[in-house]
Amino acid sequence: MKPSPALQNTMTWPQRFLIGAVLSWFGLLIFGPAVALARRAFAPGMGAFFEALTDPDAIQALLLTLKITVVVTISNTIFGIGMAVVLVRQRFWGRRIVDGLLDLPFAVSPVIAGLMLIILYGPKSEIGSRLESIGFPIVYHLPGMILAGMFVTLPLVVRSVAPILEEIGSDQEDVASTLGADWWTTFRRITLPTIRWGVAYGAALVVARSLGEFGALLVVSGNIIGRTQTATLYVHDQIESFDPHGAYVMSIVLATVSFCILVGLETVQNRVRQREYAAETNEDDQGAVRQMRRH
Amino acid sequence: MDIVVRNLSKRFGNFQAIDDVSFAIPGGQLVALLGPSGSGKSTILRAIAGLETPDSGTIELVGEEATNLPTQKRGIGFVFQHFALFRHMTVQQNVAFGLEIQKHPKAEVQERVQELLKLVQMTNFADRYPLQLSGGQRQRVALARALAPKPKVLLLDEPFGALDAKVRDELRVWLRRLHDESHVTSLFVTHDQQEAFEVCDQVVVLNHGKIEQIGPPQELYERPASPFVTEFLGQVNILRPETILGMQLDNERPLPVRLPGTPGGSIYVRPHDLVISREPNGLPGWPARIKRLTPLGWLARVELILPDSTPVHVQITQANSLELGLENGLDVYVRPRDLKVFEESSKAATAINYVI
Repeated sequence: MKPSPALQNTMTWPQRFLIGAVLSWFGLLIFGPAVALARRAFAPGMGAFFEALTDPDAIQALLLTLKITVVVTISNTIFGIGMAVVLVRQRFWGRRIVDGLLDLPFAVSPVIAGLMLIILYGPKSEIGSRLESIGFPIVYHLPGMILAGMFVTLPLVVRSVAPILEEIGSDQEDVASTLGADWWTTFRRITLPTIRWGVAYGAALVVARSLGEFGALLVVSGNIIGRTQTATLYVHDQIESFDPHGAYVMSIVLATVSFCILVGLETVQNRVRQREYAAETNEDDQGAVRQMRRH
Repeated sequence: MDIVVRNLSKRFGNFQAIDDVSFAIPGGQLVALLGPSGSGKSTILRAIAGLETPDSGTIELVGEEATNLPTQKRGIGFVFQHFALFRHMTVQQNVAFGLEIQKHPKAEVQERVQELLKLVQMTNFADRYPLQLSGGQRQRVALARALAPKPKVLLLDEPFGALDAKVRDELRVWLRRLHDESHVTSLFVTHDQQEAFEVCDQVVVLNHGKIEQIGPPQELYERPASPFVTEFLGQVNILRPETILGMQLDNERPLPVRLPGTPGGSIYVRPHDLVISREPNGLPGWPARIKRLTPLGWLARVELILPDSTPVHVQITQANSLELGLENGLDVYVRPRDLKVFEESSKAATAINYVI
């Protein structure tokens, strides 16, 4: 609902002040820095922009980030759904401990997360050296970076799906089973469609987070240019060098992709909501809507 | 017997939800499980559906042993208090769900769905989503969905509990009519005695996980087997033996009641089983004062105080009240027409009825 002009005129001074404060805060913290970055990235012109973007090292870094993001998102989405279902629907010994520890990746710095992985899987550790001897090195290679990505994004899908499962309860699933649906059919046709927006939202957060992950990857990757350098590590290196334009370009690309995913998700979600909810509620509501339109 | 429950028990931690419950429901009947919250009625229903595993006891559905059968194979329809419609499916898709699971051919599914939507008067809403429906409409869809695969028994868990009074009344009448047409054996959980009486052929009264009494509604009301049933099925005055001894006995009429021999016994009188008169009329009764007179449409509720300051509630018609010229503070005479005395023996209470 857009406020009518009449409404705006009746706004009181404290209201105006609060709205102004919110807008300036937003401008200072989000809009300002974003515009500054965009200006710097495009300042030398579109030619330079694309030149920086097609630098072989930049392309390598982007591809690596893409690879990590795809694997991390797919595995953590599947695992996250499973974990949310188990944590909400099952009662078992240790459930609370798992539930509490699940937030560990949020609680500790990604650098520490990376460190943990090095200690456990690094070339000097028992597991790491064994795996390396059979030709499957973890740390300073792609598997280690994927593990780091999975670690830092672990809670995202679980935490966006679990509250929905909690809220809808198990009645719908129970009804499905009384109607003869087995466990898998119930999950596929009832549970999954109900939590779909939680899953999509969680997965989108995982994508955004893996695109932007830095600390854990820095520790685990060894930052070998052209081999284990991801997009964010590339940005870091370019800032250190004396020609930071490459960093601006890469940053704007990463930020735009993440932003578009989240906005796109919101749009689709609203469309479906409108279809299932508002469109034509019951008669009384319709009457009320018509009344409002007349005014 | 379509539903047979034998020695069913279920404990949640320290709470005995069901305590050795047995009953049998004949085919084609609509039966209520009636009791206050925590009496185990919903747990029994869920156990029959296989949604809850009993600790002991057996369940038989339409002659088939079902105790260890998974919910999917029990051939039941279940209706929840909060409808539990599939939110992401239209009305039509909701009703079709059970039929699709059973892999009926598409044309057949469509035909049956149309038939049921017509039965629950929801044909015009086939393409709506559940959130676009009112509460009463949602529950009708839930019922159609449960009935679509032709279940052997229908289980309803407080189906009208989440609806407002007017819709609830309409749906009750409608459910009874639906049952008379479909004849599917139905078990209906409710805490509302009026609902149970209005809709059901038989009522099973539960308290603390145990059965207090089973019978047709009117019989339960007229011949309650325990103080609990008497108190649960409508309002009742509970009188001490001393109050009864304090009755005025004109013309040497004997005390109309044999008082309970044990101290725990008490005497029950329903508010409409008391008669008010302006003058003593020779029958055993008490003088009383009207504390408050509340007209309730065609009925009037009279709160009386007896000489030993026992409060007594009386229900008379508003016409009767006007005829007697009742008003607050007026001194009148009141006599019981019907008394129930419960002897508190070592195990169960035994009821004795006195009609005066």
